[in-house]
Amino acid sequence: MVSMDPHKNSTDERQYVRFSRLNRLLHAGMIVSFISLALTGMTLKFSYTGWAAFLSRLFGGYQSAGFIHRLAAVVMVAVFITHVVDLFRRKKREYGSWKALLFGPDTMLMNKKDLHDVRDSFKWFLGMGPRPQYGRWTYWEKFDYFAVFWGMVVIGSTGLTLWFPEFFTLVFPGWALNVATIIHSDEALLATGFIFTVHFFNTHLRPEKFPMDMVIFTGRMDVEELKEDKPEEYEKEVAAGTLESRLAEPYPAIVIRAIRVFAWIALGIGFSIVVWIIYAMVFAYR
Amino acid sequence: MHKRMSTRGPGGRTIRLVALFLGALGAFAGSVRAQEAEECLACHSDRDLTGTRKGKTISVFVDQKKFAASVHGSLACVTCHADLAGKELPHDEDVKPAVCADCHDEVAKHQARSLHGTAAARGDALAPRCPTCHGTHAILPVKNPKSPVSPLQVPFTCGRCHSEGSPVQRERAIHQDHIIENYTESIHGEGLLKKGLIVSATCASCHTAHMQLPHTDPASSIARKNIAATCTKCHAQIETVHRKVIKGELWEREAHVLPACVDCHQPHKARKVFYDQGMSDKDCLRCHSRKDLVSSKNGRSLYVAQEHLGESRHVRVACSQCHAGVNVAKERPCETITQPVDCASCHAEVAQQYQKSTHGQLIARQDPNGPTCKECHGTHRIFGKFQPQSPTFPTNIPTLCARCHREGEKAAVRYTGDQTNIVQHYNESIHGQGLTKSGLTVTAMCTNCHTAHGVLPRKDPASSINPANVPKTCGTCHHGIEEQFRQSIHADSSKAGGKQLPVCDDCHSAHSIRRADETGFKLTIMTQCGRCHEEIARTYFDTYHGKVSQLGYTGTAKCYDCHGAHDIQAVGDPRSHLSRENVVATCQKCHPGANRRFAGYLTHATHHDPQKYPWLFWTFWGMTGLLVVTFVIGGIHTLLWLPRALQMRRARRKREQERASEEHTASTETADGEHGPAQE
Repeated sequence: MVSMDPHKNSTDERQYVRFSRLNRLLHAGMIVSFISLALTGMTLKFSYTGWAAFLSRLFGGYQSAGFIHRLAAVVMVAVFITHVVDLFRRKKREYGSWKALLFGPDTMLMNKKDLHDVRDSFKWFLGMGPRPQYGRWTYWEKFDYFAVFWGMVVIGSTGLTLWFPEFFTLVFPGWALNVATIIHSDEALLATGFIFTVHFFNTHLRPEKFPMDMVIFTGRMDVEELKEDKPEEYEKEVAAGTLESRLAEPYPAIVIRAIRVFAWIALGIGFSIVVWIIYAMVFAYR
Repeated sequence: MHKRMSTRGPGGRTIRLVALFLGALGAFAGSVRAQEAEECLACHSDRDLTGTRKGKTISVFVDQKKFAASVHGSLACVTCHADLAGKELPHDEDVKPAVCADCHDEVAKHQARSLHGTAAARGDALAPRCPTCHGTHAILPVKNPKSPVSPLQVPFTCGRCHSEGSPVQRERAIHQDHIIENYTESIHGEGLLKKGLIVSATCASCHTAHMQLPHTDPASSIARKNIAATCTKCHAQIETVHRKVIKGELWEREAHVLPACVDCHQPHKARKVFYDQGMSDKDCLRCHSRKDLVSSKNGRSLYVAQEHLGESRHVRVACSQCHAGVNVAKERPCETITQPVDCASCHAEVAQQYQKSTHGQLIARQDPNGPTCKECHGTHRIFGKFQPQSPTFPTNIPTLCARCHREGEKAAVRYTGDQTNIVQHYNESIHGQGLTKSGLTVTAMCTNCHTAHGVLPRKDPASSINPANVPKTCGTCHHGIEEQFRQSIHADSSKAGGKQLPVCDDCHSAHSIRRADETGFKLTIMTQCGRCHEEIARTYFDTYHGKVSQLGYTGTAKCYDCHGAHDIQAVGDPRSHLSRENVVATCQKCHPGANRRFAGYLTHATHHDPQKYPWLFWTFWGMTGLLVVTFVIGGIHTLLWLPRALQMRRARRKREQERASEEHTASTETADGEHGPAQE
């Protein structure tokens, strides 16, 4: 399949490695836990639809769905903690200081360039300028990244309250559980809605990447593509002479195929959830 | 007879004598009081004098001659009309009935105990009072053949009420038919009426004059253990002629094991011959045991299967008792029968219920759809409801009623209520399953709720299934539940504000009642509550409990888990499961660690009410705002990007195609070079 792609027939078949193995694994863990949480949670949120009842049965009943929901929550928190631990590790190994990690050129934090990129992007969209020279992390990638932090705090804390209501009401009043329910459920709606539409488009389904950007799963992208998509990163690598060290052989076709199947399933479920949400909120809302 | 009475009542006699004496004294003393007979008669001898009693105009004329000739001729009027003593004349028209008991107290005591007396005390309009038999002012001595209570007259006096066709015979539970006819033809009747033997037994000889009691009453002269004594009053030493049948001395001692006189000599029909039990049936069966016997009128079979009669509950009832109107003097005694069998002659109370019921009303209107007794009970082969072969045995009732009430049948067709597939639903219900599957004869079936004979539509206030009566009807079996329900807010109409309160069937349905611990029932009950408690039910479904329930699971709290089922109270009521005292314990049923704050969870919360739930309202709108803003920004960004992205895609495609065509040319050249020699 890969070899059939004409563009892989370039002389140098080695690809640019953009994501570490750990990060790819964490993303996969995120996908599995996120989809599990979304599906099981939505059965409750949209319990008035036939789909919800069907899904709930599929999960083996509300109790079993509840168990899966909590299990997935634990997995997601584990993914999150692993990433934070990895940050600490990488700070020590690769950057030496928090300053270098947080304010260096590869930072995930928003900086001045991002503001300029936002401005220039809209200019480009409207045909008023060239495509901005996006760096290693674009502003929308940074937004998605921090959305996870925000979601972890908001959904995670309210979820815990709802998981252990008897404990939390030792401190909070009973109606706080109602408030927590609203926050938990609406924030989850925001997260699923955003991930399965905007995030899917931004990073997977953009026409130039269509039908699937595999970089987050394989970690690899063609150098050609890097040059076009993230010109600043490419130039930086070339200038530093580190490009060669970042190249690696592509995965065998069978691995790619397996990853594709996984990704398509995730994508399919994601889109189905979006369709279901729209149906539930627009046509079946009560 | 009267001789016996007077000897039985010495007290009455003394008083009578005293009264006579006082009367005489009064007469000698001259007109001290205003109520001497002459004085009364001054007005009451006027033939046209009338008065009113209970709104009716009646003659109050007193025949002076007849009164003087009566046994009371020497008494003052006020002796009997005691309430007029000392009254100014002319007196009020509101005169009480004459009092006999003041003098005849012993007789009065007996009379009060008798069937006649108890009927009168009940207010039965048909009950006889003293004057009914004895007359009023012209009471003659018993020995006077003209007295209505002289032996020769007794059968006629009694017959006024007890002859065939009279209201008493038709409407009261009299178990004998053709009493007077039979008596007239009996040896007693012949002796009295044809031969003028005034010592022959009259009605009063066996039934007594004043203390008629049913044969089931041990004090009755015709009770089984007293019959021998009653008969032997005249038939002394009759046992000597019955040695073949019985040992005489046992007759009175062990009346319960020996045949009583009436077992062979049927009452009212007593003749000299030996009477076989059911002899009259034999007469009937002479013709009716022929299978080819048909009615000359309409050709229907008149065959009566003897074995059916034999196993019937009415085995000891003679044909003629139901097929009333036979005349034994005729060659065909049945030719005088004009009326169809009327079960009411024995089953009076049941018949009264039936006549008021929908079934009875249909028959009264001569509607051909109306079921008569025999539709359900059968004819000659009648069984009791406790006999399994009876169509009215509990397990057979649904099938019996279904004959008309099944979908498409005559009763179901005319029914306009909201119930459908009644029989099928019943059979699937817990009651029906209990009856048919588990064979529980105590399970509720049609007649337990609708009654057997008083079936009435729900709208009728007298109906057992009228909403007002439903709790009582269900409570006959579910007594404990009824008690709880009666205490609940659903039974307290004072707080309903004129709204219709629910009764059992509003939640449990009528014919499709399910087990209350069945999942389906548990889930539907919530929508049942929601039919009245609309708002509160809707908001319930906005919470976790409601959402899980809505998915079809029963694991989370449903209405009755918190509010209680039959013992439901207003939340503010201290008895409520949700009162301040009880609410934490109620939560703890499912949430063992629940505390008072936990109980503050809003189980019916809605985020649409800023006044009641400002926190929820603003949280919801805050979150919604966040959602909208994020999606709008993300959406605009994506949509604007799309055309550029498409442009980039097209550009890349073009580049790739160019590269591919270059490579294609290159590869074909190589291929030609390689394959060329091999082909040659």
